[in-house]
Amino acid sequence: MAYDLIGKDFTPPDVVAKVTGKAKYSEDFRVEGMAFCRIYSSPMPHANVKNIDASEALAMPGVLGILTADDLPPMPAPNRPILTNEPRYAGEPIYVIAAESEELCMDAMEKVRVDLEPLDFTVDPLQSLYPGGPNATNGGNVAGRGPEGAYVKETKWSARDFAAAGEGELPMGPAETEWAYGDLEAGFADSDYVLDDTFITQGLSHHCMEPRTALAYWQNGKCFVHASSQSQAFPVPFLAQYIGIEPQNLVFIAEYCGGGFGSKGTAYPEQALPAHMSKKINRPVMMRVTRVEEYNIGSARPGFQGRIKMGFRKDGRVMAVDLYIVQENGPDVGMNDYISAADALALVYTPENMRFRGIPVATNTPPRVPQRGPGQNQIACVVEPLLDKAAAELGVDRLDIRTINTPNNGTLYGPNKGKVTSAYLKESYEMGAEKFDWARKKSRSGQRDGTKVRGIGLGSAYHSAGYYGFDGLVMITPEGKLQIHTGVGNLGTYSHSSTSRVAAEVLKYDWDNCVIVRGDSRKHLPWNLAQFGSNTSYTMTRTNYVAAMDAVNKLKEIAATDLGGSPDDYDIGDHTVFATADPSKSMTYAQAAQRAIELGGKFSGQEAPEDLNPMTAGAVAGLAGQGLIGVAKDTLESDGTPPAFAAAFMEIELDLETGKYEILDYVGIADCGTVLHPAGLDHQIKGGAVDGIGLGGYERHVYDPQNGLPAATGFNASRVPTYLDVPSTMTTGAVGIADPMNPVGARGIGEPVQGCAAAALLSAISDAMGGHYFNRVPVMPDMIVNAVSGREQSHGPLQVNTF
Amino acid sequence: MSVVTFDPEKDPANPPVGGGLSRRELIKSVIATGAVVSAGSLLGGCGSGPGETQTAVGGVERLISLNINGKVRRVDVVPHETLAMTLRYKLGLTGTKLGCDRGECGACTILIDDTPIYSCSTLTHSVRGRAVTTVEGLQAADGSLHPVQQAFVDELGPQCGFCTPGQIMTSVALLRANPNPTREDARQALAGNLCRCGAYDHYLNGVMRAAQEA
Ligand code: FES
Ligand code: FES
Repeated sequence: MAYDLIGKDFTPPDVVAKVTGKAKYSEDFRVEGMAFCRIYSSPMPHANVKNIDASEALAMPGVLGILTADDLPPMPAPNRPILTNEPRYAGEPIYVIAAESEELCMDAMEKVRVDLEPLDFTVDPLQSLYPGGPNATNGGNVAGRGPEGAYVKETKWSARDFAAAGEGELPMGPAETEWAYGDLEAGFADSDYVLDDTFITQGLSHHCMEPRTALAYWQNGKCFVHASSQSQAFPVPFLAQYIGIEPQNLVFIAEYCGGGFGSKGTAYPEQALPAHMSKKINRPVMMRVTRVEEYNIGSARPGFQGRIKMGFRKDGRVMAVDLYIVQENGPDVGMNDYISAADALALVYTPENMRFRGIPVATNTPPRVPQRGPGQNQIACVVEPLLDKAAAELGVDRLDIRTINTPNNGTLYGPNKGKVTSAYLKESYEMGAEKFDWARKKSRSGQRDGTKVRGIGLGSAYHSAGYYGFDGLVMITPEGKLQIHTGVGNLGTYSHSSTSRVAAEVLKYDWDNCVIVRGDSRKHLPWNLAQFGSNTSYTMTRTNYVAAMDAVNKLKEIAATDLGGSPDDYDIGDHTVFATADPSKSMTYAQAAQRAIELGGKFSGQEAPEDLNPMTAGAVAGLAGQGLIGVAKDTLESDGTPPAFAAAFMEIELDLETGKYEILDYVGIADCGTVLHPAGLDHQIKGGAVDGIGLGGYERHVYDPQNGLPAATGFNASRVPTYLDVPSTMTTGAVGIADPMNPVGARGIGEPVQGCAAAALLSAISDAMGGHYFNRVPVMPDMIVNAVSGREQSHGPLQVNTF
Repeated sequence: MSVVTFDPEKDPANPPVGGGLSRRELIKSVIATGAVVSAGSLLGGCGSGPGETQTAVGGVERLISLNINGKVRRVDVVPHETLAMTLRYKLGLTGTKLGCDRGECGACTILIDDTPIYSCSTLTHSVRGRAVTTVEGLQAADGSLHPVQQAFVDELGPQCGFCTPGQIMTSVALLRANPNPTREDARQALAGNLCRCGAYDHYLNGVMRAAQEA
């Protein structure tokens, strides 16, 4: 379908502010009378706070107040506590102290006496599952989110479970979650090749460039929070709950955000700290967060210890998979990565028969929250190199073993036979193979040049990519402008604008006459889903579509009322609504907006549909009488999971003496339906690749098992990829086939573009090494050197916290 | 990325500014010109009472003049204060970002004369008499964007934008030193500027476009 705006590049309205330094992030605001507060965080991985004596500190001139867990209401799980008397990881906030200056806060902290009783701790799930092993929390060692909500309990496996596994194998005691379909034994019996491996995927910190600094103050009963948030509308009710107020009394300002990657998707407990402190001391409070604090409270991706058995038919078809994942889940309910990983495996490789078992185990490490492709990207790192192993064993092309297993539009996957709205992973591979010149490049596999050897890799990843049921809101002003109100946040994808353009497209508006209204809850924003889960492109194109369609209908109704005939007799174009049979019978959008104000009722927002979320209803009421309102809840059809797939190809030159490699070529292809914004998509594919290279080959998330302290908190120690670690140019593309369940055919993409790059890197490294398979990520240069020289690795097969 | 240290006392070409005024006059002028932002208290032990600003700590003059974006700004600076904090909290120049405050990321990059430095790891006192340029100082008087800024808009350089001012400052310094860099030159020059969003490819496109169009 030909569009005027969709699929075209444009200059997003926030980009100039980003290059001039005018973009204001949370730490860039100043408020008259602003005080500062600082977090005192636990120096121990697990402890009971016996006593906090702040009397001396509070007597210091300029010290304004202290907040401890006792001052705050308890938060029901799955919320995390805002402050705690049982710190469960090194760095968990115990108290905050406010003073006239930040330095004074730190001086005051020296005078606060905190009496901590150290408790048992663990940074290794298997250690915790062992009989008599330490529990990460006083409530138990297994915590998660089940069908009935959050749970925490104690689970120990038997010594027999451990002994039965054998040396270097994953013990597999009773699971917390399991499902199966088909006949596993028959599947393996029908297989020509069966592999059975353990694996490790390391946890990972998000390392957002902007620490989650927050500023809060109270005015006329409302609480103002300048937050570092990747989402705008969605966090409001949740942060209001953390603060203890009604959502309509929270002014939430999040126009810019310096990266979230899932960790700032919705409200997080620390975001409420300056609000509580401000209330207590009756001053605006800025809480700056340091790099180390960002590492600690900024959460992390869960790590996996696992075992996978896969059976292949001789043409490469996956006949059976038996998967067990022990998930390192941080100190509380964490994230269901392990369940999502199994779900992804079932969809991406469509095994004929499959069983999944898994258990989330608490550890005294930072909380686990979603991180780009939570579960899906870890499992891509596990499975893709194994496909190479099977392909070599069976003599099948490495591309063919992938495309023979890909899902398609008719696929019914997993134990529930789930549908997808559409799926073009195979086409993504085909497009990538052509751009990369797979047929020619694969012949370079293993080519030597001195100590250097070529490796050619490929891989894919998946994430679900959209939801439905949220609200859209637009207004045509009497000046003839289109205001597109969006509750989409600013996480750097420009999707606040690319999804808004759908409303302009539907109303046939010139983009120059459109204004995107966003970034501050006072601006009358609709209830939109958060910017997580690769969903925005699908979810909020739908909301903007229905809102714009509502505006179109109202334009026609107003024209029919004033000019005669029925609404169906009218059409729109050139910012006018006109009679199809007689275009001279017309009125401009500006005139219609003026008429909407005069007519009142639903036309200008005095009345609103009953199915709107209260946030949207409030926004409509706030705009009432100012123009022609288009507002609706998305009740469009949505049948099946909208998927996002990405496929990647990579060529590397690996130095066998150093274990270092140069990435010579990278091609990333997205299957995200209609492309909304080509430059934005290009950014996602390339940025995802950088992130994936970090996931596969660089980043460290390590805890010292003796003391439970982090060993890699900063950018350098954790080895975030730099310009020099990634190719300086990359190639991108998109299949671009419209999805039938979205009004403009769009689906999301942000997450799998990381996983596919990690998978392609691991595949390329293995290829350069003649098919050597590392059963863990990241693959570090020392592991490569050890493998090349036949030395034993410095870690055991299931060991975690390795460097 | 080089970290430059200056010792103005030993650098007669760049004497500390403000020597001609008495301390009291300087304080008055600071207040009159509004160089001290009104946001109540400031960070970094900048003193909590009015009396304290008049005290020289450790014999180091606290009221100093800085040459920021072509203008002389008078400001009260404690000896251990970093330039990033002075810019952000004393002078209201919040375009300079703090990603790590420990010399690892480059978000705080500004120019001292033509050299890009990490302002989080530079003491304010050490740049007296030097030309400090921040991202706010790049636009022309008529508001038009610097060629690097314009190229970063045209190439959609930023994602979240938090590292962008730092990327721009390093790029500006590169193009001043080398107006015709290769892509590899640019990559090497920018290696001290991290981008967690992974916008590296787009930034390099921006630098190359700016070089072409300048
Ligand atoms: S903030 Fe200065 S280098 Fe990171
Ligand atoms: S654009 Fe987000 S850190 Fe660079």
